[in-house]
Amino acid sequence: MSNDSIQTATEIKLKMNKVDLHYGAFKALSNVSMDIQRNSITAFIGPSGCGKSSLLRIFNRMNDLIPIARVDGEVFLDDLSIYDKSTDVTYLRTKIGMVFQKPNVFPTSIYDNLVIGPKKHGIKHKIDLDDIVERCLDQVALWGETKDILQKPAQSLTPGDQQRLCIARALAIEPDVILMDESCSALDPVSTAKVEELMMELQEKYTIIIVTHNMEQALRVSDYCAFMMINPERAGELVEYSLTVDMFSNPTDQRTEDYITGRFG
Amino acid sequence: METPIKKMNTTSKANERIAIAVIWAAAIFVLALLVSIIVHILFNGLPYITWEFLTQIPRNMGRDGGVSSTIVGTFLITIVAIAIALPMGIGTAFYLAEYTRENIVTKIIRFSAESLAGIPSIVYGLFGFIFFVISLDLGWSILSGGLTLALMILPTIIRTSEEAIRAVPVVFREVSYSLGATKFQTIFKAVFPSAMRGIVNGTILSIGRCVAETAAVILTAGSALRMPSSLSSPTRTMAVHFYILAREGISMENAYGTAALIMIIIFLINIVANTIVNRFIAKSR
Repeated sequence: MSNDSIQTATEIKLKMNKVDLHYGAFKALSNVSMDIQRNSITAFIGPSGCGKSSLLRIFNRMNDLIPIARVDGEVFLDDLSIYDKSTDVTYLRTKIGMVFQKPNVFPTSIYDNLVIGPKKHGIKHKIDLDDIVERCLDQVALWGETKDILQKPAQSLTPGDQQRLCIARALAIEPDVILMDESCSALDPVSTAKVEELMMELQEKYTIIIVTHNMEQALRVSDYCAFMMINPERAGELVEYSLTVDMFSNPTDQRTEDYITGRFG
Repeated sequence: METPIKKMNTTSKANERIAIAVIWAAAIFVLALLVSIIVHILFNGLPYITWEFLTQIPRNMGRDGGVSSTIVGTFLITIVAIAIALPMGIGTAFYLAEYTRENIVTKIIRFSAESLAGIPSIVYGLFGFIFFVISLDLGWSILSGGLTLALMILPTIIRTSEEAIRAVPVVFREVSYSLGATKFQTIFKAVFPSAMRGIVNGTILSIGRCVAETAAVILTAGSALRMPSSLSSPTRTMAVHFYILAREGISMENAYGTAALIMIIIFLINIVANTIVNRFIAKSR
């Protein structure tokens, strides 16, 4: 694993140390260690079923929702030990926002979709909520199109705009990190381009991790790339993790080279 | 000479036609049956539904006068039953769907609920009579009747609510958690609104059963014709009134009138409940 280029970089936002993930007796991830740089875009790539999404969900403890899931090893957000018993998981999730594969807006208005998170965290005044709505829609470049239709159903937007609304919804809780689980795979190319552009703009303020099946996308948007594969014991493992340009121009592992040149997967 | 493929085509085409004919015949038969029942009762009952019929209490055992006290009794018993069964039923449904994994306790709850759903209502009536009327000394009263009906509709509410809750897409829960919501916030802000339609459908079904129930209430609420003055008053529901009028040959006219009224009220409850839910959903959309 080529880690040299990463060690020299600036600041570590997220850290995984020897992490295993089990679903019951089944080992889904084996011995993953990685550092995620602040204000970077990191892409997880690899064949289907290799555990990219499971790895992503370790950061905001979404695997907690699966009763048989068990995480061993250490995971840190800055100095916060994510899996420590004393860690407040709802606080953790306000620091690590998530955007899902499908644009899954709630069946309510655009406005209500955005304030649902802030309201849960005790922001009550309409003025504050209005500010949040404007700020978040502005960040995802939707404010111009939606400022007059905030009370319209969110589901009346196009899928691409819905997905940007979902990103805005995640931004509304003011996270440091945004996890995007194949967030463009349900979108057409134009919408995908818009979301990718947005990712690169958001990078200034946020640390972003994306899971993608699209290697061109990984190459276009990401600074770092993690290639994962299923090992002979059927568990996912991190094969190679390096600067994206290095991985695509000069992969160190034969399996990475085979995958990115399309020989399997 | 026909090829085998052509042959199969003609047979499957014929099958298709037969299937369509059978399905249409079944649908038309059922529809005709329902419509003829409704038309028969309305035709025989509507002429007797006058303002006096609605506003006066029954006189001469129901031979004369109206049915006002039975309307009030029916509504009060139904309200008591729903007020008790709805929170308990929805709470149980959320427990089964969200707060626990499949284990021996959930199996027992589900098995009990399903068994209870299949018990004839007269058995509920007998239980209500022994337990609420005699043991708890509530007497023949709206309270006893409402409690008995609450037990009777509980399984329906639990099952329909649980199904509605389980039908809510997992992604809504995931999004809610990813925004830092607690379990309680997730259930009430993300799951409950989406499950509402199904829960309301189960509730309407239960209200209909309460309004139409005879055996369970005749044993627990009695058959007094007076206007009830409190929840401990005995009362006679419309369905019981109808039963007694028809069974004892007191007045077929008023029996038909009452039957038509029950149908109209259930119909109205359906419309009102649906309108309220649609407005609520339209608001949130």
